[in-house]
Amino acid sequence: MKKRTLGDLAEGEYAQVESLCAAGTMRRRMQDIGLIRGTGVSCVLKSPAGDPAAYEIRGALIALRREDARKVLVKGVRKGAAQWD
Amino acid sequence: MGLTKHSTGALAAERELRAEKRQQGDIRAALAGNPNVGKSTVFNALTGMDQHTGNWPGKTVTCASGYWKSKDAGCVLVDLPGCYSLLAHSEEEAAARDYICFGNADAVVVVCDASCVERSLNLALQTMEITPHVVLCVNLMDEAKKRGTVPDTALLQERLGIPVVPTAARSGCGLGLLMQAVQDAATGKTGQTAARVHYTPALEQAISVVEDALCPCMPENGPSLRWTALRLLENDPQLMQGLTEYLGFAPAEKPGVAKAQKDAEKILENAGITPEKLQDEIVSSVVHTAEDICRGAVSHCPSKKQARGRRIDRILTGRRVGFPLMALLLLFVFWLTIEGANVPSQLLSDLLFGFEETLHRGAAWLNMPAWLEGMLIDGVYRVLAWVVSVMLPPMAIFFPLFTLLEDLGYLPRAAFNLDHCFHKCSACGKQALTMAMGFGCNAAGVVGCRIIDSPRERLIAVLTNSFVPCNGRFPMLIAILTMFFAGMSGTFGASVLSALMLTGLVVLGVLMTFAASRFLSKTVLRGVPSSFTLELPPYRRPQIGKVIVRSVFDRTLFVLGRAAAVAAPAGLVIWVMANTPLGEGTLLTQCAAFLDPFARFFGMDGVILLAFILGFPANEIVVPLIVMGYLATGSLAEMVGLGAMHALFVENGWTWITALCTMLFALLHWPCSTTCLTIRKETQSRKWTAAAFLLPTAAGLALCAVVANGARLVEYLVHAAG
Repeated sequence: MKKRTLGDLAEGEYAQVESLCAAGTMRRRMQDIGLIRGTGVSCVLKSPAGDPAAYEIRGALIALRREDARKVLVKGVRKGAAQWD
Repeated sequence: MGLTKHSTGALAAERELRAEKRQQGDIRAALAGNPNVGKSTVFNALTGMDQHTGNWPGKTVTCASGYWKSKDAGCVLVDLPGCYSLLAHSEEEAAARDYICFGNADAVVVVCDASCVERSLNLALQTMEITPHVVLCVNLMDEAKKRGTVPDTALLQERLGIPVVPTAARSGCGLGLLMQAVQDAATGKTGQTAARVHYTPALEQAISVVEDALCPCMPENGPSLRWTALRLLENDPQLMQGLTEYLGFAPAEKPGVAKAQKDAEKILENAGITPEKLQDEIVSSVVHTAEDICRGAVSHCPSKKQARGRRIDRILTGRRVGFPLMALLLLFVFWLTIEGANVPSQLLSDLLFGFEETLHRGAAWLNMPAWLEGMLIDGVYRVLAWVVSVMLPPMAIFFPLFTLLEDLGYLPRAAFNLDHCFHKCSACGKQALTMAMGFGCNAAGVVGCRIIDSPRERLIAVLTNSFVPCNGRFPMLIAILTMFFAGMSGTFGASVLSALMLTGLVVLGVLMTFAASRFLSKTVLRGVPSSFTLELPPYRRPQIGKVIVRSVFDRTLFVLGRAAAVAAPAGLVIWVMANTPLGEGTLLTQCAAFLDPFARFFGMDGVILLAFILGFPANEIVVPLIVMGYLATGSLAEMVGLGAMHALFVENGWTWITALCTMLFALLHWPCSTTCLTIRKETQSRKWTAAAFLLPTAAGLALCAVVANGARLVEYLVHAAG
């Protein structure tokens, strides 16, 4: 089965970060905003064109482009908001 | 970084770090924090500096410094660029990190958002790893109270082992306590042991091996042993170089250290921690430590206010309404500007030109020679009066409105909507933010491009910044629109029509920005779009009173002052040109005649083009210069209001084609001299400065040629057919 990624989340879906397959600066940047294994993320907004989308990550709303969000593998996709504590 | 007298104009790039202590006993403290946690508000409240704070991430593009003073102590404060971590590699973050590591600050204040403490703790924990003299400032307590997410600062202080001070910088609450804590931290009087990040046992063991070897050779005041050890394990070449410069020797070259480094690497290897995994290990340990510290001290329940913010977001970025709403908002802002500026503009013009008579009488009383009288009154005073009456009212309305949108937090949403287009052009979505700053002042927009990480995308943003009209060009566009297209009846319909057309022009500017960005990224600046993250901060209620005062005094009057300073000599130059006989006419008529054939091809005339050229120091003075140019040869003596100006223009052969081409050229021509200087400073390259000069000029001339000759052809055909 193909792995689900953050980029595949629909608006209003929640998932947990499994791993990052970004490298270099982007990997750092993703880790800085709190995307590490186990972090709960929900897709809150899509821009008018559908890309980028905004995700709620540890209490902040952060926009990512789809090609970047595809580098975040997730698991446990379900409907609902982030519950990260 | 918004638009202030420090950030617009010639001072735009002049914000080098000067953080000298003023007297014995002063301390030096750095302010660090995530973007958009009110760090600049804290800084301003403490130092009284009017560094502008808006509600969008990444405004402090360079370090600013200020001075705080109380009865018995003084403190030099340095405002560092906002950053999420000290581990990353963007220029901003490296600048913040280098200052904390090597800037010899006596204390570091980490500012965080009370509604979002956990995330800021990453930065705090990393800072505490470098120096023990850290204070956590939990700002925006007022907002957190409203949301019902007040953190337990006493518990946080106990767990972190550093002073934790709740503040609400907007109203000045808690700042006294904060500075007391900073004094204590600087002198090491806190009496607590700062918490540490808990790494896995293998990593801890590796750290202590390197620490032991480093111990004898590290200075006492520098970065901590633990931090240096960790960085040696990571082996980031850039940071190693900085460390070597600071210490005066390379720690890794000390024999004991090199050996310890090897041993530590072996320990890590045995535990299965490869160099790639090491980074993940470090970052996730920091995040988990932050989680542990916040557990039970911070609540995260989503509040009603947050839910309302989300609902607003859903509308503002909606699939169908997102873009129309942006256009409508722009339209509304322009309409308010035009409608509101009408009457005061007329009043000012009546007043100032009425005063001209008095000046002439005064000159006669003083027995002033005619040439001096002409030079000062017809030259300098008249251009000044024009600049003030045409510029001041629209600016005084547009600036506050724009600041309100900025403070509210709308700009990041606009950037979010527009990112797709920038992505398509292989550019950065943050370019929408720098473009928005360009509406205020292109020089400020160019400096603002520092928020874009990728050098290629930053250059694209710099080169295309002047494709949107700056505040100096809006009044000119509005004046021409009103005279030639919307009518000067001053009715509701006319002002809506003006606003509509102005919005159209601005949208054209934005589309040209896309086209130029795309052109650049397909030719000289080829490359793939880099990744980016953009934070959409929560909406904040702007402090309307403050916004108005600030934008009128800080932006409007300053920009106006600059325009006036340029207008006076330019008025002098054009008067001298108009009164220097040369050949059969004057220097002015000869220059205009020389440019005329060329300008005609682009739908303008020699005087207009000459005015644009002489207006290179500031776009604000182009229209007054055109008027002066015509008056020098024309018969009209009284020049009051747009009606007279319209008559003068028509008398000099203006048609709707001339008006349209002049507007297009005003939208797309070379950036003003200050912007060019700023570009030179920012790119450090003459070649790119030249490109930034030529690109919009070429685009503008091409568009004018097509429009002018197309329109002439249509007129000719219609005429021939009729």
